[in-house]
Amino acid sequence: MSGQILLEGLLAGAMIGLGAVGLTLTYSILRFANFAHGELLSWGAYLSLSLSLAIGAVSGASLAPLDPFSVSAALILAGLLAMALTAVLALAVDHLLFARLRGRGATAIIVVMASFGASMALRSLLEFLYTSKPAYYSRELQIAMPLPGGIRATPDQLLLIGLAFVAVIAVHLLLTRTDLGRAMRAVSENPALAGVVGIDTAKIVRAVWIIGGALACTAGTMSGLLVQIRPYMGFDLLLPLFAAVILGGIGSVPGAMLGGLIVGLCEALAVQTIGAEWRAAVAFAVITVVLVLRPTGLFGRAA
Amino acid sequence: MSLEFLAYCAFFLTVALTYAVIVLGLNVQWGQTGLFNVGVAGFVAVGAYVSALLTSPAVEGRFGGLDLPILVGWLGAFVAAGLLSALIGWMTIRLRADYLAISTFGIAVTVQLAVLNLEDVTGGPFGISLIPRPFGDLAGRSLAFSLANLALLVAVVFGLYLMLQHLAKSPWGRALRAIREDEMAAEALGKSPRRFRIEAFALGGAIMGLGGAAQAHFIGFIAPENYLPMLTFQVWAMLIVGGSGNNRGAILGALLVWALWAASSALVEALAPAGEQARAASLQTVIIGVALCAILLFRPQGLLPEPGGARRRLPFLRRWRGTPAATTGSDRT
Repeated sequence: MSGQILLEGLLAGAMIGLGAVGLTLTYSILRFANFAHGELLSWGAYLSLSLSLAIGAVSGASLAPLDPFSVSAALILAGLLAMALTAVLALAVDHLLFARLRGRGATAIIVVMASFGASMALRSLLEFLYTSKPAYYSRELQIAMPLPGGIRATPDQLLLIGLAFVAVIAVHLLLTRTDLGRAMRAVSENPALAGVVGIDTAKIVRAVWIIGGALACTAGTMSGLLVQIRPYMGFDLLLPLFAAVILGGIGSVPGAMLGGLIVGLCEALAVQTIGAEWRAAVAFAVITVVLVLRPTGLFGRAA
Repeated sequence: MSLEFLAYCAFFLTVALTYAVIVLGLNVQWGQTGLFNVGVAGFVAVGAYVSALLTSPAVEGRFGGLDLPILVGWLGAFVAAGLLSALIGWMTIRLRADYLAISTFGIAVTVQLAVLNLEDVTGGPFGISLIPRPFGDLAGRSLAFSLANLALLVAVVFGLYLMLQHLAKSPWGRALRAIREDEMAAEALGKSPRRFRIEAFALGGAIMGLGGAAQAHFIGFIAPENYLPMLTFQVWAMLIVGGSGNNRGAILGALLVWALWAASSALVEALAPAGEQARAASLQTVIIGVALCAILLFRPQGLLPEPGGARRRLPFLRRWRGTPAATTGSDRT
């Protein structure tokens, strides 16, 4: 494997991993496969775009990129605001749809189906608001710098790998070192028992959507920065996200990140060896292999 | 004028009935068995492409084009989609329920990619044309052609309906429902849940493949963009609206949702300005998506509930409703 494939895979993998962390948390704590999670990525990316344009228009000057990156100060601020707004969106969808179904005692598969309907509605709403024409955060051209080992990378790419790394460490520390994290893991293990020892389950559910939404927004904005912003960007990432979650083992945050990196590397390798047009099938191949050989994933427990 | 209108009605109904076939297939998987398939479009595409390859005339530089009779094509579609479903079922049904959903989603993406990229077999983005149409020799007389095709589809849907009704009442169908309602009890009675589920999943997938083939032959042309996730979504909307678990509901849902879809598309076309058609169409999808969620929230049983669903839980209702009108009627007179 050449260094360049490694870098491409690492980038795609960091993006997939960030999205997958949120997905694995909702999967293990709310106990359903959320098909609308991809839409949180797309909405996050578009919210960042709109907010950065708005901030740029108001302040006037902050649209200039921060050398050597193509990212402007407006976009960084917009990204942070968009994380909060994506979390609000996730909470709103939960309040309107998933919470009601949970309250009625609907089976997991009904909730999955509702998430499927929600994903269609959310995605088409983006298409309605922004049209399906691709958008970009910046028209700035980035020159790839030569790195040791014959690898070439743009400053943006390096920045995003670093950012993803920081985000995952933060979530990992949150889950393992804080009371909230311990409570989240307790609810994931056994919600009834967690309730008995006085854990506020509703609060945990809110925390899950906030973390999941914020990370999805980060991943979506990253993807928009590296490739482009389209209404279908999140939906197209959904299968790789699921592949990462299943490969890592449902509920495992390090597993989701590692799963994302492996899926990303497999994709980069397949693009090099088989051809870019088959990229989207790689995630399904990974899922197939995991389900046949080790259905619990790398770090999962038996269901 | 009225003849043209009649021909259009026949055309509309025929397309709706090809959807009804697919919805009946989904009803076997979801309605009877509780298996969630998010990749309906993939199984429909496999049926359509297999039948097209078997029956279309040979084309230079493309595999397939065997020019076989249409019936062979439909049979091939049924078998191919059934085998694919059996394979997916075998792989995932022993695992948690939503793994099946994720795998079917994956298979739909992969099938879509395969038909787009395997140009030597599927014609790539250009698709396959010249698929023989049933009663093709009538094509000159549009009304006779439309009515003959409508009759064929009515026969197919009615035949499927009778078969599925019979199956639902058979020991096999009863075992399926028992497993869906209480897996452990059914297992204690010696029924292997996994085997029954795989069989039901394969049967449902095979019927979807047949529906795909019927659609392909009626239109005469297929291309990858016919089998986007939107198709899966439409078929689900049809089943949920009609009432899952009820075969008549499945057919009714297909007709109703297709009518709503066609009418709202016509409305969009008439009302939206020329440049904004695509945007207006996406708003149409938003509304359908919200409607699907609303039905799941407020009327999960659909228009026609599953036969015996509520009555089974309320025995007095069965006695009350189930008594023939003659006895109550004779009391009153």
